[in-house]
Amino acid sequence: MEAGLKPLGREKFWLWAMLTPTLFGLFFSAFGSLLATLALSFTRWDLLTPPQWAGFANYVALFKDPKYLTALINTVRFTAMYVPGVVIVSLLVAVLMNRGLKGISFFRTAYYLPAVTSAVATALVWQMIYGKDTGILNYLLESMGLQPVCWLCTDMALYSVTIVNIWGAIGEGMIIFLAGLTAIPKEYYEAAEMDGAKGIQKFFRITLPLITPSIFFQTLISTINAFQAYDYIYMLTRRGQGDSSVPVVVFSIYRNAWHFSNYGGASAQAIELTLIVAVLMGLYLWLEKRFVVYE
Amino acid sequence: MGKRAQTRMIDALTYLILLIGAVGMVTPFLWMVSTSFKLPADQFTKTFIPPTFTLKNFQALFAYRDISFPLLFLNSTVIALLTTIGQLLTCSMAAFCFAVVRFKGREVLFTLLLLTLLIPFHVTLIPNFIIFSWLGLVGTSVPLWLPAFWGGAFGTFLLRQYFLTIPRDLVDAARVDGATLPQIYWQVYLPLAKPALAALAIFSFQGAWNDLLRPLVYMPAAPNTTLTVGLALFQTQMTRGGNFTVLMAGALISILPLLIVFFFAQRFFIEGIALTGVKR
Repeated sequence: MEAGLKPLGREKFWLWAMLTPTLFGLFFSAFGSLLATLALSFTRWDLLTPPQWAGFANYVALFKDPKYLTALINTVRFTAMYVPGVVIVSLLVAVLMNRGLKGISFFRTAYYLPAVTSAVATALVWQMIYGKDTGILNYLLESMGLQPVCWLCTDMALYSVTIVNIWGAIGEGMIIFLAGLTAIPKEYYEAAEMDGAKGIQKFFRITLPLITPSIFFQTLISTINAFQAYDYIYMLTRRGQGDSSVPVVVFSIYRNAWHFSNYGGASAQAIELTLIVAVLMGLYLWLEKRFVVYE
Repeated sequence: MGKRAQTRMIDALTYLILLIGAVGMVTPFLWMVSTSFKLPADQFTKTFIPPTFTLKNFQALFAYRDISFPLLFLNSTVIALLTTIGQLLTCSMAAFCFAVVRFKGREVLFTLLLLTLLIPFHVTLIPNFIIFSWLGLVGTSVPLWLPAFWGGAFGTFLLRQYFLTIPRDLVDAARVDGATLPQIYWQVYLPLAKPALAALAIFSFQGAWNDLLRPLVYMPAAPNTTLTVGLALFQTQMTRGGNFTVLMAGALISILPLLIVFFFAQRFFIEGIALTGVKR
């Protein structure tokens, strides 16, 4: 990157004045909060009485709490289905849209709609669609002679909720991949055609290697989103007392902090989730070095 | 099979797959619209055209006593607008410094800022909540829009990417004319970055409008809350009574503002996302 404009004399003041809100957010709100949560995770605190030092008690308690373990397993299972689902489906859609056919802008609008609208509102209609006796999905299944499915019952709900989350995320992934695909120089394809490469070969030899930066970016973003996924899950699976039929870790954090006033325990859960995300990010960056092709 | 026939078949297959997908993407919205115009007695009929067309659901929605939808609408609008203003102002100032100005520690600070994108949101939630509750602001909308006035990695990154594409000659020319840093920011960069600013405005508004977790923490109870929390409360009440038509009317009303913006400003959504994803 080039050197840039040098601030003259009193302009230094303006430079730092313009950066002040961001620096405040960076050091106080982001990293400061992270450290504060870390500190809180070693305390027992209900916000009403003074906080008590708890050492690692909150962390030890996590592994004895079956509710939390269920939430952790659900989060991992959700992520393991959601991330590949979003990446593969939106890449497929983008590749098909990038073939330069007529009327693509109509499809692009249609696929992007769920990314614009609130998950809260669309979850309400999904609740109807998934209805056991009254929903259109089971109506379609039955009209094809199949057995109806209890979509939002405990053993099915994780899958149903994952489908809705992928449905809501395809639009953004598609745009990321379309941007990556249009950035691939046409000459590569022309050269490959001269050498007699076919459609499938062109995809695996040119498109796929050159789209790896977008795949990396989208995988990273989807993973972070997966660990924070809340809205659809809250709307489709919640029960009383902050409970859920598919509790995920964010649910568990919310429940511990705002239903049980167990801020220390909730902080320990938040920190543990952050550590898991950090490890995954490290893994991704290692994979990036080995497999991602930058021109 | 000739090459042309083969291409045509692949084209047809492409359209078919995209069409099947598009039906899946759009059907829930059509179902929402359709149900919101049905009579409660017809709510589970499996037709897209309501057997009897009615506007009663919308009347019932606005006349509902426990949850005041006009108030929710107002709250969500105010929070989303303040969020947008805060983000546009603070992100553009920081993005200008990172993209245009040379100063010590620029790369380090920018990298740190990008790192915050990787911090899961709920980690910062508890300390923020504690501070806002000490300040006595829980139950008001302040905790929902005030943080937008201390910048953000996503918006700063998006605007910086765009600022970098603006030719450096313009800065030099302004410098020759004696323009200062704030003048270059305000008179050269902001006017030229309108498409990127529009994209960030849309994303900020959308993010605030659709947010659920933070309003649940800070304004969890009716009547004074946001549309998303209001709809979630409404869901509990309506589903218990098995009344989905009014619920769908509420869902439709809540997504309408963003749908309208999307249809008129689709370009900015698409370009904005593309801007964050192409270059590193």
